[in-house]
Amino acid sequence: MASLILLPALSPTMETGKVSKWLVKEGQTVTSGDIIAEIETDKAVMEFEAIDDGTITKLLVKEGSREIAVNTPIAEFESDVAVPASVSPPPAVPAKKPDEVSRGPAAASMLQVAARDTELPSDVEFRSQTVREAIRDAMAEEMRRDSSVFLMGEEVAEYEGAYKVSQGLLAEFGAERVVDTPITEHGFAGLGVGTAFAGLKPIVEFMTMNFSMQAIDHIVNSAAKTLYMSGGQMGCPIVFRGPNGAAARVGAQHSQDYAAWYAHIPGLKVVQPFSAADAKGLLKSAIRDPNPVVMLENEIMYGHSFDVPVVDDFLVPIGKARIWRNGSDVTLVSFGIGMKHTLAAADELSQLGIEAEVIDLRSLRPMDTASVIESVKRTNRCVTVEEGWPVGSIGNHIGSVVMQRAFDWLDAPVLNCTGKDVPMPYAANLEKLALVSVDEIVAAARSVTYR
Amino acid sequence: MSGKMTETNVIPDASKAELLGYYRDMLLVRRFEEKSGQLYGMGLIGGFCHLYIGQEAVVVGVEAVAQEGDKRITAYRDHGHMLVCGMDPGGVMAELTGREGGFSKGKGGSMHMFSKDRHFYGGHGIVGAQVPIGAGLSFADRYLGNSCVTFTYFGDGAANQGQIYETFNMASLWKLPVVFVIENNQYAMGTSLARASSTAQLFTRGRAFDIPGEMVDGMDVLAVKARASAAAKHCRDGHGPYILEMMTYRYRGHSMSDPAKYRSREEVQRVRTERDPINMLRDAILQSGAAVEAELKAIDSEIKIVVSEAEKFARESPEPDADALWTDIYLPS
Repeated sequence: MASLILLPALSPTMETGKVSKWLVKEGQTVTSGDIIAEIETDKAVMEFEAIDDGTITKLLVKEGSREIAVNTPIAEFESDVAVPASVSPPPAVPAKKPDEVSRGPAAASMLQVAARDTELPSDVEFRSQTVREAIRDAMAEEMRRDSSVFLMGEEVAEYEGAYKVSQGLLAEFGAERVVDTPITEHGFAGLGVGTAFAGLKPIVEFMTMNFSMQAIDHIVNSAAKTLYMSGGQMGCPIVFRGPNGAAARVGAQHSQDYAAWYAHIPGLKVVQPFSAADAKGLLKSAIRDPNPVVMLENEIMYGHSFDVPVVDDFLVPIGKARIWRNGSDVTLVSFGIGMKHTLAAADELSQLGIEAEVIDLRSLRPMDTASVIESVKRTNRCVTVEEGWPVGSIGNHIGSVVMQRAFDWLDAPVLNCTGKDVPMPYAANLEKLALVSVDEIVAAARSVTYR
Repeated sequence: MSGKMTETNVIPDASKAELLGYYRDMLLVRRFEEKSGQLYGMGLIGGFCHLYIGQEAVVVGVEAVAQEGDKRITAYRDHGHMLVCGMDPGGVMAELTGREGGFSKGKGGSMHMFSKDRHFYGGHGIVGAQVPIGAGLSFADRYLGNSCVTFTYFGDGAANQGQIYETFNMASLWKLPVVFVIENNQYAMGTSLARASSTAQLFTRGRAFDIPGEMVDGMDVLAVKARASAAAKHCRDGHGPYILEMMTYRYRGHSMSDPAKYRSREEVQRVRTERDPINMLRDAILQSGAAVEAELKAIDSEIKIVVSEAEKFARESPEPDADALWTDIYLPS
């Protein structure tokens, strides 16, 4: 019985993979459980097993092939089993339609904005990098620059990061500076704060920010408040970082967006970058900042590539928004992965004749509300977009600020597009419904423009 | 008190200057705290105020072995730790009264004072939270390659917090130079140890993590000093953390608003009469002939003046300027 072996989804967020190595040749017989290939996912190199006895009749992709979409046939297989059966395991997530994958913005607009924001030389070169690589480079550069900077967290050293973010750091900096911790978030967050009080500059990685809830007392009570409580004596130069928000199908306890939670706290700075360049520049600024900074990353975004300027010391200031797209009809304000949906919505709106101005807040505390107000005074309309819950959201805050400072310029109420007010469901269809969508953003923008 | 105490020599094995120094420091804490209680009653001190009266020998004995650069951190019964590590009594008292001249410019209060100069890292209000922070301070010393030790204090109540054991695990795993000083004053607010803890001997709680520990008579300043010295040496020699369970007692309620009905007057009175740390040292000094009554009285008078000057400073220091509301939230980047 002939069948196709398809590239399997081997992580919740895997969209494409690389066949690192074929461990079988054409014509080779295999038995169930034999490892036939090594597949590199967005997280790790995984072994891929045959689940049936039979013969590999043809290899359809070459060893080393990258960016192969999940569910693409990679080999042909002749099964010994008479009953028709697919050798490939059923994909963990339904294959995505091409238009849903990585709606990245055009490189040209990125160049233009990057140059404006960071006063880069006009002839600066850019190179394509994933958000994951950008974060790793930011840490490595700062660790080279300052021996008091070190990284601690679960699986950051020998495993090289649960999401492969700290690849190569242990090899370069050694176990004294790249510290694997036990699974003990409350404890190591507090310990990290102590090292910062004593003058070190720890980067504390949470495997996901969902686990930071175990440690939130130290982030809020110990890190954020002590400078004030000590009358300015006890600074806490620490960075808490890790993936935040929903990944894909990981359920309610692993899918929460903490933007509004941490942005609420005086004494903390909070950044939530979208692009790789901003992730790099903001993390470098965060590590140098003498205050505690929370950086909210996103697992889905780790694998996305953006143009990152090739300069020696690329810093993005904390507290400054970026205008990604100019438009005169409505201001769309977002941050983090919300920007992905927002930019896609702006493209659709443009086809409808509505030109949206898209602002990436990048920092949530301090928040560059001045840029939002300035834009709203031109567009007279504002829609906010975030993945978090609607009550007490970042969008609520922006709506309030816009009402207080630009009431007379508003031609419509400020609308908040948010995640739905429910714990994140597991079922694929329900999860999609729970997350903020491009359609909802388009509808909100049409509503406030009365079109 | 239950369990086996460490055997110590009842004959003073310290020099005269040392003995008088311990006496002076314990008395300073006692009189300072009595004054704090008075000022609280007069409305000059507000909020939460946890007095250290009865526990003086613990901090004085431990501080006796501290070297320059050693760090200390505790929870919110912290006035004694600050006074004995050398923070100015006026600055501490002015913080209690919420004045500009306080160690935190009036923005911290009784529970939140710090001194970088004296390596005092607070002053923390969340029970147990100071313990991983203390381990972090010692992590920094190990990272920097010096031989400093961090004295991390917590009470019998905090001993049941989960983060203590997360910290024990990391401190032992990484051989951090931290002495965990458990101030077992028998009551976690209103709950006696027997009602809150499945085991009576808290120093044994480190065994699962391979951290040595012992019980010490926390009312005997010389016993405290002797064992703290051994514990600090253990850390400085690179052997990792050490636990000292100081058996002590607080005479006053948990905080100023606590009527302490969970224990009998007789129980308190018995400790005051038989085990008071200041009287015990006083008797030992006089019996051994290390000093005479007049010398101790001179110290009493000196302390009265120190405390009254602290009170004066704390009363006269102005309230913080309204602009201070908005300062010290962030350091300039």
